Amino acid sequence: MVDFGGWDMPVQYSGVIDEHNTVRTAVGMFDVSHMGELEIRGPEAAKLTDFVTTNAVHKLKIGQAHYAGLLYEHGGFVDDILVHKVAGDHYFLCVNASNQDKDFDHIVAQNERNKFDAVVENNGDRYAQIAIQGPKAMATLQKLTPVDLSAIKYYWFADGEVSGTPARIAHTGYTGEDGFEIYVPPSEAARLWQLVMDAGAEFGIKPCGLGARNTLRLEAKMALYGHEIDASISPLEADLGWIVKLDKGEFVGRDFLVKQKENGITRKLIGFEMCARGIGRDGYEVLLNGAAAGWVTSGSPSPTLGKNIGLCYLPTEHSVPGTKIQIMIRNQPVDAVTVETPFYKRAK
Amino acid sequence: MYPENFRYTKEHEWVLAEGDNGTVGITDHAQQELGDIVYVDLPKVGSRVDAGKSLGSVESVKAVSDIYSPVSGEIVAINQTLADAPETLNTDPHGAAWLVKIKLSSVEEIQNLMSAADYLSYIGVEK
Repeated sequence: MVDFGGWDMPVQYSGVIDEHNTVRTAVGMFDVSHMGELEIRGPEAAKLTDFVTTNAVHKLKIGQAHYAGLLYEHGGFVDDILVHKVAGDHYFLCVNASNQDKDFDHIVAQNERNKFDAVVENNGDRYAQIAIQGPKAMATLQKLTPVDLSAIKYYWFADGEVSGTPARIAHTGYTGEDGFEIYVPPSEAARLWQLVMDAGAEFGIKPCGLGARNTLRLEAKMALYGHEIDASISPLEADLGWIVKLDKGEFVGRDFLVKQKENGITRKLIGFEMCARGIGRDGYEVLLNGAAAGWVTSGSPSPTLGKNIGLCYLPTEHSVPGTKIQIMIRNQPVDAVTVETPFYKRAK
Repeated sequence: MYPENFRYTKEHEWVLAEGDNGTVGITDHAQQELGDIVYVDLPKVGSRVDAGKSLGSVESVKAVSDIYSPVSGEIVAINQTLADAPETLNTDPHGAAWLVKIKLSSVEEIQNLMSAADYLSYIGVEK
């Protein structure tokens, strides 16, 4: 167990590689109850949510979710979040555990300053979250719920029940694999965990920890706050332009992003593969023609590809696939090359 | 699990002293904590190491960790098999996956290290 933002979290159960491969080929289960949940309610809940996030909240249908940035005025990330539209006057935000209080304060301040008719609730204590991920995730979870999971499209959700317990069942995930994330009352979480284990037994379900969660999300090139993104990085730099809807009207950070888009970004996130022995890890320096040019945000062996992969920031003009780079690994420059991402994409 | 004739460090290395020769490795507890080990970096034969100083590193899927030498002396052999089969450290850390052999500069240094019983209580394992 390691301390992760104040939570005791399992890094691994049977081993990172074994857990990783289980999610890619069968089904794995993650206790992600540390994730925070904020709820925005009221007649102007949509307006407030649209104002504080980068994606087009007004386009969400009831029962639909999307990924978005929560930004400062200066364009850096407060957090990256999932926004779920529960009702026209109710939005449910899944946020990073270590950011939830900061996110809450930020949204409350924007709400007060702009006098929206909405209230913000910090409800992390009310929800436990279990992620069931992998090609057999649907078959596993379907045994425990009357909700027709095949009718929930990717990045949609349904409020129903799992084994008689009220649950928000979202067709979302952080692994690059098909799967579901369920939000349940904390008092029921341990019971449901065991039920999912039993339901998935025939598929070889395994409990998975933070280690596999990290290698899975990295292969799928999903950002991790504190690594690819933080208060000093804009979504355009992080190659997350697709969650920025500049034409949706005013939102926090928009003015900066409009200017940044006009002027062009100076650095950009790109994937790399190691060409020689070694793993470029978080914080390691990246060299271009022998000179310091950027830094690694995440790096790891890729169990699916059998290569050592990572993400790094490089000057925009060099942030294209096929650029030869070197990564300083314990004072030694080691050859690597930038590549297309995501590293892994599941067959649909 | 933890041989009685080994001595152990707080950083989870072990040393087996036979005369003035010491064989050094990492403990089973260490490999469990590290998880899947993918690289092992070892010093050159003939180099000198000091007790408590970095001897090399092991890299798991998750992170890189220094190995601290339990004893001082000269490296007389390194385990070449670990370059191609680092995962041996996960399966046989107290045996086939020894790391280095050191010609001890002081046999007395061993006395500063923990016995198997002390190490077990240090890592919180019930005997």
